[in-house]
Amino acid sequence: MKLKSLLVSLGLLAGASIAQAEEPLKVGFVYVGPVGDLGWSYEHDMGRKGLEEYFGDKVKTTFVENVPEGADAERVITQLAKAGNDLIFTTSFGFMNPTVKVAKRFPKVTFEHATGYKLSKNLGTYVLRTYESRYISGVTAGMMTKTNTIGYIGSFPIPEVIRDINAVYMGAKSVNPDVKIKIVWANTWYDPGKETDAANALMDQGVDVMLQHTDSPAPLIAAEKRGLRAIGQASDQSKFAPNAHIFSVRDNWAPYYIKEVQAVMDGTWQSKDFWGGIQDDMLTLASINPNLPKDVRAKIDSTYAMIKSGEFKPFTGPIKDNKGNIAVPANHSLTDVELAQVNWYVEGITDKIPH
Amino acid sequence: MDSDLIVQILFAAIKTGTPLLFIALGEVICEKSGTLNLGQEGMMLMGAVVGFLAAYGTGSAGLGVLAAMLMGALMSMIFAVLVLHLGANQVATGLALTIFGTGLSAFIGSGVVGQTIQGFQPIAIPFLSDIPFLGRILFNHDILVYFSFVMTFALIYIVNKTRIGLILKAVGENPHAANAIGIKVLRVRYLAVMFGGIMAGVSGAYMSLVYTPMWVENMTAGRGWIALALVVFASWRVGRIMLGAYLFGLASIMHLVLQGLGWSISPNLLAMLPYVATVIVMVIISADRFKEKLLAPRSLGKPFDPRNMA
Repeated sequence: MKLKSLLVSLGLLAGASIAQAEEPLKVGFVYVGPVGDLGWSYEHDMGRKGLEEYFGDKVKTTFVENVPEGADAERVITQLAKAGNDLIFTTSFGFMNPTVKVAKRFPKVTFEHATGYKLSKNLGTYVLRTYESRYISGVTAGMMTKTNTIGYIGSFPIPEVIRDINAVYMGAKSVNPDVKIKIVWANTWYDPGKETDAANALMDQGVDVMLQHTDSPAPLIAAEKRGLRAIGQASDQSKFAPNAHIFSVRDNWAPYYIKEVQAVMDGTWQSKDFWGGIQDDMLTLASINPNLPKDVRAKIDSTYAMIKSGEFKPFTGPIKDNKGNIAVPANHSLTDVELAQVNWYVEGITDKIPH
Repeated sequence: MDSDLIVQILFAAIKTGTPLLFIALGEVICEKSGTLNLGQEGMMLMGAVVGFLAAYGTGSAGLGVLAAMLMGALMSMIFAVLVLHLGANQVATGLALTIFGTGLSAFIGSGVVGQTIQGFQPIAIPFLSDIPFLGRILFNHDILVYFSFVMTFALIYIVNKTRIGLILKAVGENPHAANAIGIKVLRVRYLAVMFGGIMAGVSGAYMSLVYTPMWVENMTAGRGWIALALVVFASWRVGRIMLGAYLFGLASIMHLVLQGLGWSISPNLLAMLPYVATVIVMVIISADRFKEKLLAPRSLGKPFDPRNMA
């Protein structure tokens, strides 16, 4: 018995050393929220798991969750680089400057930063075209609202969020000329309690369809309690609010992560600013509520198809900003570089962008 | 602003203030006995997750609250044994308790992430809820909010009017004197710490069963820390804690409401208000040496060893 277990463990040791001989590519991930947020960070972690599933023993992944944006992030990213990770994904806007700094100190490590815009030789960026799915959300909200008032919980007034608010409003306006949008800034990516407060504050003021740029399902639950409607964010959030839930926009990171890891393995990785959206299957509509009116459902499907085929791009001129200036000239679609710099509201949004 | 909106804002302020009220009531009793427990956030998270698990498993939100209370008590006893029995540093132990609770709650709750339950439903109190204006603000809540009303008034009475209150204050002000007249100092402190844990548990349950009826990691998002500030803000007076909790609640609601109304006022500024208020109170308290002594329990944070009568 003892001999047998000894032999088994020897065998295991031998196996382990063989595996070590073929060193796996080490990939690190830094998340801003908990992996259990069932939103943004959760989907990044699903991407990480997709990576492990696809490559098996050839990759070894680690992640650090709940990392505050700022100085702490730099420490975490440095640790991951020191621990021998070959490729590090930092997955929140606020990790931008820390990632740039660490990338400079570890030139042999490859870094990728989500939603940012600073590139260097060993640092690339990747962004989701969430404005595409938010345009569809806007179209849907514009058709579903009975009070002609839709609500948006903003996280921070950065270009990504402002761009998406514009997309929602343009989508809603395209089907409902009387629609108004009310915007509340929660100043957090993730705080279920505060997101609930924000949703309630908006619904107290006549909003009957809720959209959000924060990561928890709390606003959906708040809408469910009042018998109103909401659209899920980043991940399939339908089970939190079976009646209120219209659909969820699901982020799908695995295809991108697999592509990038493969490139690093092959030695073909190059720094670039990557934008992925509906056309790349990186944004999908999950759990569309079966009880939607038929015309709404048809409009969702047709808008989705038009964006998927490339026939329609939401930021195509002429678009005026809310001060009356031409923001996008006729026959022009904003380029990725221009999209990354949107700091104006479209005509019809009466709010001011906070600083 | 029409009156309907004002009612809704004040109603929401009470709801938002309630978890703060629970946890701060527990902490103030704990601190009045001379023990500073910085483990609020950890105890609250454990209460939230265990409360949710119990409510999910049994289908009864009431049992969820009971389980959360037990869990809070258990967590606080870990703290009490380390600090009161073994004389460990209170600040360090409390911080450790918070870190421990944050991690452990995420671990044991991972199975129910994404599950939903039927939380408490609001109960309109007959007659009282018909009072114009006030009725809709105060008497249209769920049972835990009413429980927080009852607890607050009971504690005001107990602390200020009863022998138990006197004993508690004596232990917090001068444990050696209290010991000399035969009060079991450590026993009183154990009970006060346990009460703090129970209230933290209820506060957590309020988050996961009423406020946002679900469990996600770190869902209390720092409310335990706000409660600590609240105790100082209220200068260790139970009645003022209720007032302070609702003011904190109102401030956090207002900055959302005003934005929705299209006021161009910096949300960061408004979100800062409660903390600014706390700092101001701290400054006022500590500017006056006499007042400082009058307000904070004098032996707060100091260990007491009955065998060592220095």
